[in-house]
Order: sequence, then structure tokens, then C-alpha cells
Amino acid sequence: MLVKDFKPILLDGAYKKGEWAIEQYEKKGGYQAARKVLSMPRDPATNNVPPLIEEVKKSGLRGRGGAGFPTGMKWSFVDYKSKKSRYLAVNCDESEPGTCKDRVVVTYNPHMLLEGIMIACHACGVENAYVYIRGEYVVEFEHLVGAIAEAYKAGYLGKNAMGSGFTIHITPHRGAGAYICGEETGLLSSLEGDRGYPKVKPPFPAVEGAWRCPTVVNNVQTLSLLPSVITMGAEAWSKIGPERNSGPMVYCLSGHVKKPGLYETPMHVTLKEIVEEFGGGILDDLKPKAIIPGGSSMPVLRVDGKPYRASNGKDLTDDFNIRMDYDTLKNANTLLGSAAVIVMHERTCMVSALYNLVRFYHHESCGQCTPCREGSGWLEKLIARIYRGKGKPEDLQTLLSVAGQMSGTTICLLADSVAMPVGAFVIKFREEFEYYCQHGKSMVENPIPL
Amino acid sequence: MAFQFNDEYRKQFDWLVTRYPTKQAVLLPALRLVEAQLGHVSQESMEYVAQQLDLAPAFVNGVFTFYSHYRREGEGKYIVQVCQTLPCALRGACTIGDAFGEHLKLGMGETDKDKKFTLKKVECLGSCASAPVVQINEDYFENLTPEKVRDIVLALQNDQKPPHLSNGPSLEGGQRHWMPIVEAYPEGK
Repeated sequence: MLVKDFKPILLDGAYKKGEWAIEQYEKKGGYQAARKVLSMPRDPATNNVPPLIEEVKKSGLRGRGGAGFPTGMKWSFVDYKSKKSRYLAVNCDESEPGTCKDRVVVTYNPHMLLEGIMIACHACGVENAYVYIRGEYVVEFEHLVGAIAEAYKAGYLGKNAMGSGFTIHITPHRGAGAYICGEETGLLSSLEGDRGYPKVKPPFPAVEGAWRCPTVVNNVQTLSLLPSVITMGAEAWSKIGPERNSGPMVYCLSGHVKKPGLYETPMHVTLKEIVEEFGGGILDDLKPKAIIPGGSSMPVLRVDGKPYRASNGKDLTDDFNIRMDYDTLKNANTLLGSAAVIVMHERTCMVSALYNLVRFYHHESCGQCTPCREGSGWLEKLIARIYRGKGKPEDLQTLLSVAGQMSGTTICLLADSVAMPVGAFVIKFREEFEYYCQHGKSMVENPIPL
Repeated sequence: MAFQFNDEYRKQFDWLVTRYPTKQAVLLPALRLVEAQLGHVSQESMEYVAQQLDLAPAFVNGVFTFYSHYRREGEGKYIVQVCQTLPCALRGACTIGDAFGEHLKLGMGETDKDKKFTLKKVECLGSCASAPVVQINEDYFENLTPEKVRDIVLALQNDQKPPHLSNGPSLEGGQRHWMPIVEAYPEGK
């Protein structure tokens, strides 16, 4: 169901020049939520604000970074008994293929993010927040720096933030080109000035994160939604979207559609509506074939209506009309992830599309764990062999078996992020892979060049 | 002369040191400052940064080589990074890469003799809804076509501002790294 006339929150003012200035944001009522929140006292024993954490829990806000974990719950796992300093790490290392929405928030709405950070800092008793922004985002970094400077000048940040007596510092930290730094513990390693190697969990960052201190790691959009939660009140906010899937979602639509772009809407929306209503349909009026619903590491959906044989031997079909929320997609054995919808039309060669993705993950594997470092390389070589017309029918089983042995055997989820698309592509488009192996060429005319 | 920060970057470096609980944490930003001052990160500058942060030069080199986005010695004045990941590939990234190769007479990963251009294939640049995308130094070029590529290369060959630039709007004063916050809050902590 498409919600008509939904007034965007995160994309409010997007693509309008000058909209990023602090005066503009305050004109729209900005920083009032932070002001309200900062007047709430902290619990002297734990130095946090339990009612505020409760409020965020009640709103049903789930992390927008990919896992969809309830934000208030994450905050409640912080080790508040520890006497160490606490930190907030803001994840703006957006690099999941298909995802390009944090940059728009940081460019056009940086103060909404800063206000969200202030709310999170106060709720969890954090003095120092770091915004980890990917190195490629130069203009975005410039805007972030400009906004932080404005907030310091206005007295909203610093030793006596908004005259509340509490200290809140925000420091922007520039990455330098590594996908793995978007993984929360990889991000923390990088923040500490090291190679971006993920760390074994537990201990979870909430207990032992940056500099071995309790650390909250939240995505840009999760934090940017907090001012609206406070302003509207958790009760009203939780009513946006279907039950347990509250709040607006920014879908990044890319690939074979007429109007790719960012679209913000409650999660009542279906995949078909995203493609047809927002995206204006498929390029050249072709039919859709495959759609990745949540960033390239999520299992692909087969939307041409044809059945495929699942690993349990049952014949299944995917639903093009599926509702694009966390729970519905999870039940369909895929995930909403970062809500990056990558559309492929009927003339797309699935073998070359998978090759492209696996090459990405092989390139970005940090090299720490053998199953991921070697496994992603083997997968790439296997698919490249099929692509070059030298594939053997048994290669498909090898692909699935290598992918299966990578899942769950590594420190972080990157191995699973390769294994999931490999499994879904090969299982759902098996006839195409088999054809390629048998005939030494693609079933469609123009495979994506290597 | 051995590398050292000039006043502008020294000021930012000293400020950054106050913002983190350890000196080591300043490593990534410090390498960014080196890059801004020198145009790339050299062996010598890494030794300097190591000394400033009480780290071993080999450790700094180990961290530096993990990250792909710092500018290396010997690269061209213009680094052309062609995104080749799926959303761009679906919209013809390959023809864009070929067009750059043809106009620059370079293969992927190559730098020309005059050290003016380096052509690279890179993974996702995070601009998937406006694919195909190329980043040249700091600038993004989106929704590219082979015709646009020709215009861009022509301008850059003559060191002119290239057309079809699709960056988000830059702020007044442009890229000044951490300086605006240093000025707004000089005390650091």
C-alpha cells in the first residue's frame, strides 16, 4: 500500500541549496527536541537517562544500517556500571553496493544528524561522539564539518551543551576506502587508528568497544530520526508504518528502472510499488527478472513469476508484490538490509551479475579469516571460469558448497554477505547457470562485461 | 627537506590530538592532512607521522596500505576512478571505463608518462541511484555517457574545470578539512 502525500523526514529539504544551514534547520523547529531532552536529568548511579531510552524503545525505531536491531534495546545493553568513558560511533561509512542515502542526509540535513547525536549522547551518558564518514565523500565531509562548526558556535556542543551543564563533543573522522569499516567492530578498529579489522564478539561494543570502553554504534539515519521521535512522541511515531516496522524508510532505487533515486515512505510499500510508482517502471518497458531488496549482500528475489527449487526440494516462487518491511522480507528468506533496491530486467545475465558481486566481496575481504579470504577468491575464480565458457556442471555444487562453508565461520558477517547472494543466485536461477556451463555462453545476449 | 606539517596543518593536527583518548587514533586523519599538504602520502611523511604519534613507521605503513583511498606516490594529477560494481555495471559502467581508456590512451590501473592521469577501476562509490558514476580526485560525475566522458577528458587535459560535475553543492571556502571546527572551538577538549 502506497501512502500518498507522506511528508519526508530524512529527505526534507534534500537537493535544495542552502538548506543545510543551522538557521534553516531552526526555522523548521530544529534543535527543540535536543533542548527538551537535555533538560531531563541523568540517573546519578548510571549517568544515563532511562526514561529517554524507554521512549526510544517505545517508538519501535529499528537501526537503519542493515540489521534492523531495535535502537532503544541496543542502548539498554550498554554497560552502565562500568566506570570507563563511553563513546558513540556514528556509522557513515556507507559502502554497501546499492546504498547511497546517508550522503544526502549529511549534505542537506546535517543538523538533523547532529541533533540526533546529541539526543543519543544524553540518553546513554556519552561525552564524545565520532562520525566515521567514508573517504570518498569529500563534499559530504565538508558539510558535516561546517555543521559541527556552526553547532559549536551556537553553543549547542562543547563543555556546557545548550547550557545544560553536560559535555557533548562531536568529531568527524574520515575513512580512506575500505568496505569493511562499515562493519561495526571494523569501524572501531579503524577509529582507533588501525587496519579496519573486525573484532570477535562478544564482547559486544556496548560492553567493550572503542578503546575497550562501552560504545554505542548507530547508523546516520537511525540517529537522524531521533529528533522526530522526540517531537512527535514515541506513541505517534510508532504508528508510521506497519506494526513492529515503525518509521519512514529511505529506499535507494538503482539498476534497470526509469527513475532511479531515493524515495522516503512508510514501510507499507510493496516492491512492485517501489519499482512501478516510484521508479516509473523498468527501462525500455522490459519485464523485471531479479531484484535485490536490501543491498548487494542480501539474497536476491526472483520476480519473473517462475518457480525455482529451494535447497529443501520444494518448488517456490517469489512475490513481486511483497511488502518491503523488515519482518515480511525476513519471512521470505531475504532481508531489508539497507533498503537498497537493485533492479535487473529480463535481459540481465545472472552469471555475470553474480560475478560482479563476488568480485566486490573478494576485493573487500579484509583478509583476517581464512574462510572469507580464500573462499571469496575461490568463488570468484569459479564464477569467472563459468563466465569464460569453461564451466563444468559440477561447478555449481562446488559454488554452493564453498559458500555454505563460509557462512558463520568468520569473525564478521562479510563471509555471509558473499555466501548469501551466491546461494540465492545459483538456487533461484539455476537453469541459467546450467545453460552457461553446458553451452559455454550466456542465455541472454549481453552479459555484463568483466 | 624532510616533510613536516606547515602551520595550517600543524594547527589541525594538534587540535585533533586533543579530540581522541589515544594518539594512535589520529593516524587516519593525520595521513589525510599529509595528503592535503603534499598531494600524496610519501614514505618520508609516514615516518614523520609515526614520530609525531609515537608509533613505529612500519606500523603506520601497515595501516596506510590497508586503505585504498589515500593518494600514493607516482599517481597522476587526476585520478579517474571508474565505479564498476553492480548498480553501475547494470547501467553501462563498462562503456564509461572504455571511453576513458580510449580518450586517455590508458589501460585500467595505468598512469601516463607525464603523471597527469591515472585510470582505475574501483568498487562502489556510493552513488548508485545516479549510475554510472566516476570520481575524479574529489569530484563526482554522475549519470555518465561516453559523450560526457569526452567533454570531461578534454577539459582536464587543458586543466580547465570539467563539465557535467555533479557534486553536491560545495560550501563557501571549499575543502578546509577540520579547520572550521578548529576555529569554532579552538580549545579542543
